[in-house]
Amino acid sequence: MDNTLLFAVISLSAIGVISAIILYFVAQKFRVIEDPRIDIVAELLPGANCGGCGLAGCRAFAEEVVRTEDLSKLNCPVSSSEAMKQIAAAMGLEAAEKDPLIAVVRCNGSRANAPQKVIYDSAGSCAFAHSLSSGESGCPNGCLGYGDCVVSCKFDAIYIDAVTGLPVVSDEHCVACGACVTACPRSIIELRSKGKKDRRIYVSCVNTEKGGPAKKNCSVACIGCGKCVKECPYEAITLVNNLAYIDYNKCRLCRKCEPVCPTGAILETNFPPRKEKPAEPASVADTAEA
Amino acid sequence: MSILTVSGSPHVHGHQNVKSIMYGVVVAMIPAIFVSVYFFGLDAARVIFISVAACLFFEWIIQKYLLKGPLTINDGSALVTGVLLAFNVPSNLPAWMIVAGALVSIGIAKMSFGGLGKNPFNPALIGRVFLLISFPVQMTSWPVPKALFAPGVTDAITGPTTLGILKEGISAGKTVQELMGSAGFPGYMNDLVGAQGGSLGEISAIALLLGAAYMFFRRIITWHIPAAYIGSAFVFSGILWLVNPAIYIDPVMHMLAGGMILGVFYMATDMVSSPMSPRGQLVFGVGAGLLTILIRVWGAYPEGVSFAILIMNAFTPLINKAFKPRRFGEALPVKKG
Amino acid sequence: MKTFKLGGVHPEENKLSAGAAIEILPLPEKVFIPVSQSLGAPSKLIVEKGAVVKTGQLIAKGEAFISANVHSSVSGKVSRIEEVTDTSGYRRTAVVIDVEGDEWDEQIDCSKEVKAEITHSREEIVRKISEMGVVGLGGATFPSHVKLMVPEGKKAENLLINGVECEPYLTSDHRLMLERSREMLIGIQILMKGLDVKKAYIGIEKNKPDAIDHLEKLVAEYPGIEVVPLKVKYPQGGEKQLIKAITGREVPSGKLPIEVGCVVNNVGTALAVYEAVQKNKPLVERVVTVTGKSLEKPSNLLVRIGTPVSKLIEFAGGLPADTGKVINGGPMMGKALTSLEVPVVKGTSGLLIMPEKESRRMPVVNCIRCARCISVCPMGLEPVLLAQLSENQMFETAEKERILDCIECGSCHFTCPAGRPLLDYLRLGKNKVGIIIRNRGKK
Repeated sequence: MDNTLLFAVISLSAIGVISAIILYFVAQKFRVIEDPRIDIVAELLPGANCGGCGLAGCRAFAEEVVRTEDLSKLNCPVSSSEAMKQIAAAMGLEAAEKDPLIAVVRCNGSRANAPQKVIYDSAGSCAFAHSLSSGESGCPNGCLGYGDCVVSCKFDAIYIDAVTGLPVVSDEHCVACGACVTACPRSIIELRSKGKKDRRIYVSCVNTEKGGPAKKNCSVACIGCGKCVKECPYEAITLVNNLAYIDYNKCRLCRKCEPVCPTGAILETNFPPRKEKPAEPASVADTAEA
Repeated sequence: MSILTVSGSPHVHGHQNVKSIMYGVVVAMIPAIFVSVYFFGLDAARVIFISVAACLFFEWIIQKYLLKGPLTINDGSALVTGVLLAFNVPSNLPAWMIVAGALVSIGIAKMSFGGLGKNPFNPALIGRVFLLISFPVQMTSWPVPKALFAPGVTDAITGPTTLGILKEGISAGKTVQELMGSAGFPGYMNDLVGAQGGSLGEISAIALLLGAAYMFFRRIITWHIPAAYIGSAFVFSGILWLVNPAIYIDPVMHMLAGGMILGVFYMATDMVSSPMSPRGQLVFGVGAGLLTILIRVWGAYPEGVSFAILIMNAFTPLINKAFKPRRFGEALPVKKG
Repeated sequence: MKTFKLGGVHPEENKLSAGAAIEILPLPEKVFIPVSQSLGAPSKLIVEKGAVVKTGQLIAKGEAFISANVHSSVSGKVSRIEEVTDTSGYRRTAVVIDVEGDEWDEQIDCSKEVKAEITHSREEIVRKISEMGVVGLGGATFPSHVKLMVPEGKKAENLLINGVECEPYLTSDHRLMLERSREMLIGIQILMKGLDVKKAYIGIEKNKPDAIDHLEKLVAEYPGIEVVPLKVKYPQGGEKQLIKAITGREVPSGKLPIEVGCVVNNVGTALAVYEAVQKNKPLVERVVTVTGKSLEKPSNLLVRIGTPVSKLIEFAGGLPADTGKVINGGPMMGKALTSLEVPVVKGTSGLLIMPEKESRRMPVVNCIRCARCISVCPMGLEPVLLAQLSENQMFETAEKERILDCIECGSCHFTCPAGRPLLDYLRLGKNKVGIIIRNRGKK
């Protein structure tokens, strides 16, 4: 009895010791010498591997930071500026102050605004629908609503609204990694400045068709009339290819352009209601006329 | 004119769908169901009914409350699993064991992988093997078949299967010839018709072949797996038999006895768990055939079909990767012009 | 009976208009001629708004190597140059011409007389085909003159003429072979001369016995041309499948038919070549099958390019009340239209009107790995795998699995018992892989 016990203990210990020795030498032989700072930086990153920085993932970002020792060209759009400062501190560098961005869906072609003209009956993929035809509303630039952006989002920050059929970005969850921007075959989604108190003004249309055909498909399309361009006191609005675009770096959120738009293509978010003119050039009214 | 539909080509579709395939398999099993009821009486009908009902129930409840997907019980796949599971158990199995088998088949082998089309193993076989390993006594005490309405013998009498007799006899030192000549041995004709002890569905080779012919006719199965399976099993067992006919069973008996026909045509050909390319299917069939004979001859169990198929199921992903279909323009290097 | 070996399906043939002789569609009031109608680079517009054009006058010039000239199909005045919805559902530039009379360009020989003697040299033949804007009329609209320019180091041995018409419903090639056979055969001789080949085969599926008989009688007068009856199997009209069926050769992956010494042309193209070379007539009209189960009068119509499809449907008895889908082309590879004001283009071989109850796809269920898609793929691919790779954006692997070999015949989707949109994802994948390869070239 005693012998058995003793034998078991001794043999097990011997196996343990031998394994440890082997493992030690193997570890020595195959050791990869790595800058310890890579681990430190990687720790500070979100670890979602979203690719928003343009590199293969968070580890790759950390390696790049350590290799170049330069943060001016690298930015993790997902991390808060606080986290970026910490990374900079760990590297002994200065972090550039970055304006927080958010994904903005520039299409308001809901079923009510852009009525259905044909039935699409194929694979539920925007990319395929885009290559097949102009979509159910007929607008060649509008949102198709099959959710390629939703699939691409690693942060659950975007979903398709059941009523409008359009994607909605959650202010809270969106980290502006840009995955949806690349996923959208029609380049509808744009990363724009998040704005103070989440206040933003943007042209919610990317249709480059002339006014007539654009309006035929969608009541809230930008028809390229240029009224907003004239109205803007800061020259923030440009008109290219029958489409107005508000430069968020120049825009000061004065809200002058929004009421002049004849189709209601300019949208404001999170502003307090207007006092003097409560009657919005609402899309509902336009649909009724059309 | 109503609103136009836009879709990618093609705009027409063939006539087969999942439902028609599944119900086709069920139709193919009807002759074997009749034979089993003929030889095992109402007990057989009871087993089939319980198995099918339990499979459908588990499929429904898991789909509804766990997977929360659309209703799938009417696609026929659970029905096929139910009948196949019943075919793989003896007719005197207690009801609760059948239900347990159905739970393993549907719940573990199929739905836990995501339902129809996702399961790596044939669900009915997993159910059978689970029962065989958990309840070996009940799973191997086979009621002696008797023609329906035939007087005399009661259901209570049990006896071994053809393969069981042979396996036990050989290990006891008797020769195959002695055993096949002994009283109570079913013989070729009875194996063909179905008058032998065994699981519900495996007893009658003729009824199963009839159903298989129907499946070929409906193009539900292709020739690749059955041909490779039977071919390799036949050749392998034939070589053994030629080496020593005293201790190895002849290939024809191997084909007729046990679950060979049932396994080859109804379970090895299960689309979900078998390889996709014709070449891969041939490899799959050959492998399953060799394993079956290997297990039957040298294994602990007299029967090897279910294990062989399950083992080959495990290889299916690898076979799919290794044996691609012949690409157009690949094999013929053209050097002209 | 010859056929290709790998894969293939048998869709219901439904050749409703096979017995309907070709009728000439009356001129519409307006035509919409898209500037870009063929594969390759878009053509350059050379007319302006207000210009008066004659039938057959050049209105857009193909300047790149792979591009084709576009001619006015009517005489009249260019009223607008604007964007009109084309077969893709997108709006593309087109020339709108108000029809006034029907005055043909002086160069064009409008007589009915068949001109059998081929007087032009090889170079002249190629130049004429290019000038007259002839493109492949089978549907792919590849500029025909490019096919005649055999690359250095390659030699064409056989000319294959595609009279297979394996698409269900369509009958335009069938009618052409019956009604314009002599002109077509002369066209084939011209193509043979242009390619400097001694042998031409006309592949016809045996569901057109009248065409086979008729041509077999005629070819005796045309040395070097042989009629090859083929077993009925879709997609035999695919270039690679047809070569395999007739010559037994397989075009290697990613290569053109010339690699195995073959050039394939459609019967309609042969006729267009005849008209271009012998009659100086540009490609301004083509035969279009207008068909459908609920259509009153399925017909084959000779139509000017640019005619809105609504005119064709009107002529064939009007749009049935139960229409759910209108397809440009056949049911296997055709494109569903979003509007009926789309103009007929050079590649429009048919218009198929599908009743409502047949226009929706069956519900999609889980793949049961039945491998039917693999067994029917004429290219020996694994559509199920490729579709999955494409759906999961694994385009590099898809490229290795030869996604670019897919000929988009639709057999996989046709046969899939689970109704999965295999071809949709394959197309998407092909598209993306193409972009990846092009970008790789740039780096």
